[in-house]
Amino acid sequence: MTDTAPNGIKANGALKLTAKDFKSDQEVRWCPGCGDYAILAAVQGFLPELGIPREKIVFISGIGCSSRFPYYLSTYGMHSIHGRAPAIATGLASSRPDLSVWVITGDGDALSIGGNHLIHALRRNVNLKILLFNNRIYGLTKGQYSPTSEPGKITKSTPMGSLDEPFRPLSLALGAEAGFVARTIDSDRQHLTSVLRAAAQHQGAALVEIYQNCNIFNDGAFEVLKDPATRDAALLRLEHGKPYRLAPDGEEIVHDVTDPDPTRAFALSRLTEPTPIGVLRAVPRPAYDRQLNAQLEQAVAERGEGDLSALLSGSDTWMVR
Amino acid sequence: MTSRVEETGSTFDESHDPESEPANGGKRVRRLDRVVIRFAGDSGDGMQLTGDRFTSETAGFGNDLSTLPNFPAEIRAPAGTLPGVSSFQLHFADHDILTPGDAPDVLVAMNPAALKANLSDLPRGAEIIVNTDEFTKRALAKVGWQADPLDDGTLQEYRVHPVALTTLTVEALKETSLARKDAERAKNMFALGLLSWMYHRPTEGTETFLRTKFAKKPEIAEANVLAFRAGWNYGETTESFAVSYEVAPASRAFAPGRYRNISGNLALAYGLIAASKQSGLPLFLGSYPITPASDILHELSKHKNFGVRTFQAEDEIAGIGAALGAAFGGALGVTTTSGPGIALKSETIGLAVSLELPLLVVDIQRGGPSTGLPTKTEQADLLQAMFGRNGEAPVPIVAPASPGECFTMALEAARIALAYRTPVFLLSDGYLANGSEPWRVPELSELPDLSVEFATEPNAPDGSGGFWPYLRDPETLARPWAVPGTPGLEHRIGGIEKQDGTGNISYDPANHDHMVRTRQAKVDGVSVPDLAVDDPGGDARLLVLGWGSTFGPIAAGVRRARAAGGKVAQAHLRYLNPFPANLGEVLARYDKVLVPEMNLGQLAMLLRARYLVDARSFTQVSGMPFKAAQLAAVISEALDD
Repeated sequence: MTDTAPNGIKANGALKLTAKDFKSDQEVRWCPGCGDYAILAAVQGFLPELGIPREKIVFISGIGCSSRFPYYLSTYGMHSIHGRAPAIATGLASSRPDLSVWVITGDGDALSIGGNHLIHALRRNVNLKILLFNNRIYGLTKGQYSPTSEPGKITKSTPMGSLDEPFRPLSLALGAEAGFVARTIDSDRQHLTSVLRAAAQHQGAALVEIYQNCNIFNDGAFEVLKDPATRDAALLRLEHGKPYRLAPDGEEIVHDVTDPDPTRAFALSRLTEPTPIGVLRAVPRPAYDRQLNAQLEQAVAERGEGDLSALLSGSDTWMVR
Repeated sequence: MTSRVEETGSTFDESHDPESEPANGGKRVRRLDRVVIRFAGDSGDGMQLTGDRFTSETAGFGNDLSTLPNFPAEIRAPAGTLPGVSSFQLHFADHDILTPGDAPDVLVAMNPAALKANLSDLPRGAEIIVNTDEFTKRALAKVGWQADPLDDGTLQEYRVHPVALTTLTVEALKETSLARKDAERAKNMFALGLLSWMYHRPTEGTETFLRTKFAKKPEIAEANVLAFRAGWNYGETTESFAVSYEVAPASRAFAPGRYRNISGNLALAYGLIAASKQSGLPLFLGSYPITPASDILHELSKHKNFGVRTFQAEDEIAGIGAALGAAFGGALGVTTTSGPGIALKSETIGLAVSLELPLLVVDIQRGGPSTGLPTKTEQADLLQAMFGRNGEAPVPIVAPASPGECFTMALEAARIALAYRTPVFLLSDGYLANGSEPWRVPELSELPDLSVEFATEPNAPDGSGGFWPYLRDPETLARPWAVPGTPGLEHRIGGIEKQDGTGNISYDPANHDHMVRTRQAKVDGVSVPDLAVDDPGGDARLLVLGWGSTFGPIAAGVRRARAAGGKVAQAHLRYLNPFPANLGEVLARYDKVLVPEMNLGQLAMLLRARYLVDARSFTQVSGMPFKAAQLAAVISEALDD
């Protein structure tokens, strides 16, 4: 520690952080076997790679099992209220473009109570990296169906089966004009890390759906995608520039994440057999926070720094002596 | 609405007319000490603009003034109907005044609906200027008049000036290229010109205003100027207006200084910008459009060169969420809304209480419950601001008493939020928001220093070199504000109960009890000025106590009661949470305490609960401000029993 400042910047100016530097002193309190542990380890392992000092990174979450995530990272963090993390993060990212702002949310938090904030953050293209842990169940409230649960799901609140058509989070995100949309799986650390990397590199809002196993209330929801015996057939691993088929006998399509037309990405977002993972879309467009701050600079360039005295006086004054 | 000269409350009559002298052209000029004018027409007739212009002319002339815009929530209700009537009332005087006036001395009625909707407010002898062109059979039938009130005796108690406003306007514009329909639209400027002649208002400002407003449509600008001048000339030349009036500047009513006219919402927006400047923190407004608060969003969005960021959110919740996120990042976070928006923001206000971050929550109250009366005034959100959250979630509350005070109290709200790291409510209302008054422009050197020190160093008392986000200032109980980007102070905060000091999640019963009491103690300990009492004789037994926008009508009512010999003290609360430290002592001094409110007695309830005082409520929830005469009557009744 002698030659390294608390933020990891060495005496010679180089930033050298490790996964350990991103672990907070708080005891992790998810259920043993929860998929969140794997995601936490992957994120802690990935963050040093960003090359950003810890104090410049902020994790903001809502409510739910996944939303405890910020407590376990040694960055700045806020565990907020149910569904509102994208809104809170929007205010922070818009006023502090120097920060790297991440949102941690779940299927209930992002798609049920917070659906409105999610779609608007994506459409505005605020520079947020949104990690949506999708376990297709409510965990923290002990096992009710979620907006991504399959129809007919038997849960505590749906003893005769759920009646709701589930959201497809990636379809929803594309419909909300998201520029970056990707999917990955909690247990595939290498793939998860590669998707985080792509999301971090994207300028603007990025939505990453992470299939996450809830071993208590919805165990095995993604087993077919994880089991070595079935996963190769069940998964479609998307890679930019590599060909894929939407059906075994369908035409071969070269995957282009930069295609401005979202039609193919949308088709992929609806595909379930096989299930695509990887980056579906990465089309850059100007980020909201950059544009907002550019307007401020433009206003100063055009009108000069605000003059409070002139503002208060206005153009119609009179003197009383 | 300054206060030095007594407002006697006398009505408009000849006794107000001490001197009459012939003027040029054989017309007579009378001097008045004050006048109340109401402009009324269809929502699309431009009555608010007409009133605004007359107000600007009057302010520039140096009268004291107070205004009351009154308009429907519908943007363009069906033309010619009673619900579509929009009006603007202006009270101006050669002395200081406190209210927009109880009843108009002059009504300008642009159509039968405007006449019918306002007639019952007119005292006998009032002048009425009507646009006769609109008094057609069809238009009369629309408002249920079988006969024409202009000639069936309905108006015999009044002095009526029938003017073919539309015809005269079209005639005046016949040399222009405007189509008849467009020409007709300038009739409000004809009316303004006529009134400007009647009351000797300066006209250059309005002509400049019109040319600026319609800079991109010069032919429309010139048409409006022509109509405005035609109205003025009509007054000067026509037989039907034999008298014009002078109301001298109110020079004695004002402390020396530079003055301007200002509405509550504008003053509030400027107060927020000033708070940003004085604190050195960039202003971030997260807001969702809602009447009557939207003008603050509009105004602030114009001032990006002050480093002001405005964010029109997807909903009320996101508006405050973004403001809180910005506050976490070191901005002066503000959200502006009305009562329905507060209902939606409650959970986030609770989060801000728990996070102990500075945040301004501006509530421009309107008629409720639910959608209620969006364009009308009310002060029924006091208990919502005080208690409307889950758990024990105390929030300081301030409330301006006049449009100009919205500036001062915005600075005060910011002072409290920044010093104590807490959300703060500012309760304004529709009456303050849209009403206006002369305002002394403060010198920058008069503004308070709101500078803030962010935490920069680890503070852990255990010597670990760590950072404790809830280690409090022993004086204020405020916690340190360490903004992201500060090396070594990385920390996590949240809505879950945390251990005092370390900020770590804690479910410990004793700690929760301690934290609940600490948050309460912090708000209870907010420093606010003592309550000032106005009791000229020092021997009053009755105290009239109000809060918020009722100040003007209460003070006017008190003046009338005193003019009639009543001994009455007045005090007005600008700080509702915590109350001023001397409030209990003040209340105990009086035998009777009367609390007029535009709700069903919310402040009275708090006073009774807190101070065990037998506060009497006088309440009105009509969507309109109190009238001075009404309060004078209530006060004398309270004096008598």
